[in-house]
Amino acid sequence: MSLNRTRNFKFDWITILLFLLLVGFGWLNIVSASSSGDITSYFDMSQRYGKQLVFIIFTFVLIILILSIEAKFYERFASVIYLASMLSLIGLFILGKNINGATSWYAIGGFTLQPSEFAKFATALAVAKYISDLQTNIKNLKDQLKTALLIFVPAFLILLQNDAGSTIVYAAFFFVFYREGIPQIYLLLLLSIILLSVSALKFSVLITAIIVVVLLFTHHFFLKKKKGSILQPIFISLVCIVFSFGVHLFYNNILQPHQQDRISLWLRLEKDPEKLEQMKRTILYNLNESEKAISSGGITGKGFMEGTRTIGKFVPEQDTDYIFSTVGEEWGFLGSSFVVVLFVLLLIRILHLAELQKSQFSRIYGYSVASILFLHFMINIGMVMGLIPTIGIPLPFFSYGGSSLWGFTILLFVFIKLDSNRINEW
Amino acid sequence: MRKLLLFSIIVLVGITFIARLFYLQVYTGKAYNIYEDNAIRKVFYYPKRGYVYDRNGELLVANQPSYDVMIIPREVEPLDTLEFCSLLKISKDDFKKKFSRATNYSPRLPSPFVPQLSKNDYAVLQEKMWKYKGFYIQKRSLRDYQTTIGANVLGFIAEANQGEIDTDGFYQMGDLIGKQGIEKSYENVLRGVKGVKFIQKNRFNRDIGPFDGGKQDTIPTPGKDITVSIDAKLQAYGEMLMQNKVGGIVAIEPSSGEILSLVSAPSYNPNLMVGRERSGNYVKLRNDSIHLPLIDKGLLRMHEPGSPFKALVALTALQEGVIDEKFSVRCSGAYNYGGRRPMGCHCGTGTRNLFNGISESCNSYFATVYRKTIDKYDDASHAMDVWSSHIKSFGLGDYLGYDLAIGKKGNIPDGAYYDKMYPDFRWRATTNISNSIGQGEVLVTPIQLANMMATIANRGHYYTPHIIKSIEGQPIDDKFTTKHETTIDKRHFEPVIQGLFDVYDKSGGTANFLQVPGIEICGKTGTAENFTVIDGVKTQLTDHSIFVAFAPKDNPKIALAILVENGYYGARFAGRIASLMIEKYIKGDISRTDLENWVMDYTLEHEYEKPTSGKPFRINANSGLMTVKEYERLKKIESEQTQIEE
Repeated sequence: MSLNRTRNFKFDWITILLFLLLVGFGWLNIVSASSSGDITSYFDMSQRYGKQLVFIIFTFVLIILILSIEAKFYERFASVIYLASMLSLIGLFILGKNINGATSWYAIGGFTLQPSEFAKFATALAVAKYISDLQTNIKNLKDQLKTALLIFVPAFLILLQNDAGSTIVYAAFFFVFYREGIPQIYLLLLLSIILLSVSALKFSVLITAIIVVVLLFTHHFFLKKKKGSILQPIFISLVCIVFSFGVHLFYNNILQPHQQDRISLWLRLEKDPEKLEQMKRTILYNLNESEKAISSGGITGKGFMEGTRTIGKFVPEQDTDYIFSTVGEEWGFLGSSFVVVLFVLLLIRILHLAELQKSQFSRIYGYSVASILFLHFMINIGMVMGLIPTIGIPLPFFSYGGSSLWGFTILLFVFIKLDSNRINEW
Repeated sequence: MRKLLLFSIIVLVGITFIARLFYLQVYTGKAYNIYEDNAIRKVFYYPKRGYVYDRNGELLVANQPSYDVMIIPREVEPLDTLEFCSLLKISKDDFKKKFSRATNYSPRLPSPFVPQLSKNDYAVLQEKMWKYKGFYIQKRSLRDYQTTIGANVLGFIAEANQGEIDTDGFYQMGDLIGKQGIEKSYENVLRGVKGVKFIQKNRFNRDIGPFDGGKQDTIPTPGKDITVSIDAKLQAYGEMLMQNKVGGIVAIEPSSGEILSLVSAPSYNPNLMVGRERSGNYVKLRNDSIHLPLIDKGLLRMHEPGSPFKALVALTALQEGVIDEKFSVRCSGAYNYGGRRPMGCHCGTGTRNLFNGISESCNSYFATVYRKTIDKYDDASHAMDVWSSHIKSFGLGDYLGYDLAIGKKGNIPDGAYYDKMYPDFRWRATTNISNSIGQGEVLVTPIQLANMMATIANRGHYYTPHIIKSIEGQPIDDKFTTKHETTIDKRHFEPVIQGLFDVYDKSGGTANFLQVPGIEICGKTGTAENFTVIDGVKTQLTDHSIFVAFAPKDNPKIALAILVENGYYGARFAGRIASLMIEKYIKGDISRTDLENWVMDYTLEHEYEKPTSGKPFRINANSGLMTVKEYERLKKIESEQTQIEE
């Protein structure tokens, strides 16, 4: 019994502390961003900060629950959880509620629940379970495809619900596969795809083709030690050129106009100043206001509840996707950097713990957690500061919303539980 | 190696984010200034500008409301310019011009778009103002002059220029600031403190309530009322007497240094300097190159003092002990000092002592006295320094320090001055003997002369002349209540004052015909030669008529100096006006109506036209007097002639 008691408390307190700091600081910013003037009670349920406080309190119930369940449970029931999660995503097509153009919510009473926030956790479990299976060999193409299918299903379902932002997050699993040993060629392929796409859109297909040909043939004739067939670089060049055309086709015909605009702005494709000015007033409005709010914070910020642009609600969606602009305005360079550092520390800590795991399941799951959190962190803050095109996904632990808070909490604390098991085994 | 990929990317992204934050918040970000934050609307409440009263409590300057249409260019949204322009009564071109001017000034900060609307225009516009984003109406107060006198003293307010905005953070574009006169001198007292209300706006540019719970808002503090030392009745009378003449009157109360009247002729109605018509009127007045109405003649006209200066020459000689009351000189109608030609004298020949020397203004007597003063020391330069410091102790030769922003130093030469003028050091008393009769290198302004008389009236001390009498709830600057003692002993003043009294009292006195029954006046006539340049030739004009006086002889109430440009000899215009001013101030009404009628009847306009007429002209005794009626008839004939010629 006494042994049991000590076992229960051997959690990684550093991770928990970082989590608490993020949730606490996040809530303060939600108070600023969602309050209108005076605050009568922090539990005012008609206000978002009041609701979020309740969500946070419920989060602690959730944490206790997660930590008290036997660690083996998550591995054993991974498939069940995954299946249940996929069903909840499919169910949205029948029962889902449409908010802001995306059919991603179940409405239960006064609350809404977003199953895609939990699907990340379920997918991470399933991926960890499948790869760690003794019969699976990730270097094997068949197994690679099967694993990819595990990710593709939720990603596709979410895309169908018109939530492209959440779909992109599933790209995070690439880091997991890479860590677990998929061939280097995949990394090369990914990099090529990114570079080719950017180059094709930014500089046109012709320039891209010239660059590709020059690089490949230089490599073939001057750098490669073992000369192969001349057909190889010719073939690769052709594939790249075809791909570049494909990118244009995709950009012009498949992407929706607002998505085109976002990319066009990010790559500075639009040169007409009048149209740019008009874009600034419309699709760039959020970003423009968000950057202004952050800039106006200066070094030390305007102070808690003192952000004039926050109070004036100049930045739309400021308590959800654009919550970081509140940090920027009210806490300045110091506060914003503090948040960035907290996230980086949390991610590194999780990576570090993941590498320490003895069980492959725990390691893969931990890696998935770090990857998913990282992608959210990178996309969200990058977007708010205008570094990457607008993609609407929440900042973990910060943004307003019960589903995302609980989703990320479950994701993180299941790993903490798995990790405590590792400690206990020592 | 594979373990390091995600780790490195995380660290890289972290560093990138912090670098981006640094760029946004530190590198390009400025220190937060609520006045530049377009999320906060600033509403200014302008306080009442302090009223101005005369020494007897008569209200001179009050306020009237005015409405400016202000613009913040970057908040302007597309609007119906046609309607807006017709409401503002401007053309579309005007609109564009004004808009680009405001944008050039600052797209962020408010500046006046159309200043000073009429009440009717304001009423119509106010209803529709909500339609025009980026424009708003700012209420201000303009001056409302309750009088037509004293424009040179009262000054005016106008929009602060960029320099004034930069040097004093109090002002913003469109704010009004005192530009001249007491409005300028007492700007800090009169303006009060603006109140400001900070209002939080939302992204639709709508007000959503007070910012920070109104904690940073301030209420306006009204400007303080001031009382000036001017006696409005005396000032008005002085301005009336100076009609058709150019010149100035400065009257001072000797016991306090308060300026009782400061007349600059010709004057103008201060109401011309209010509102939208101000700049047009200002240019018109500035372009009057004959009368120069914007030049305060009492403060800025610098000339040789002429004979009034003899009083100081006598006092200096008495103090230096080179003469006493009994010292006398035999005047032969000229003073021969070995110069190229002797200095002439108009006193008629005879024996002159201190008393009739002053009262009959004998040049020979004062030349002798001056020469004795300078010759007292072997070193002429040292002697000149001693003489100069005595004279300067009367407030001459430097800025007096009164509370109006304009003035001239004048000139009282000292030893170094002549050493520089004559580098071989070969100069003596006779070199600058003209100083003895207030000519030569001595230069003064009318206010300095008035102060000199006040000092003599006080028997040896003066208070810095000032226009302020009191400020609501605060004492006036103590430099105006500090006594300045001269270097002359008190006992030397009585004989000189007696001489000045004889000017009126004795039958030979130069102002004997200007006596006012019942008032013992001490005074001195003066005549200053003056020249102008016509077509490159230095040409002499009719002398300036100068008069200084104080009264009563014992316990003086008023000391004054009068300058009537080209009025010929001192007693003619300036002397008459002096008597009238003194009687007006001391008795309240005029018994010497003959003098008043004379002054009002005669004009000097024909004198002022001479230099620009292009015709040869005569001066002084050879130039006849002209009545106002004659002048008007002449003008009428001239204009008829030009019409016929055309």
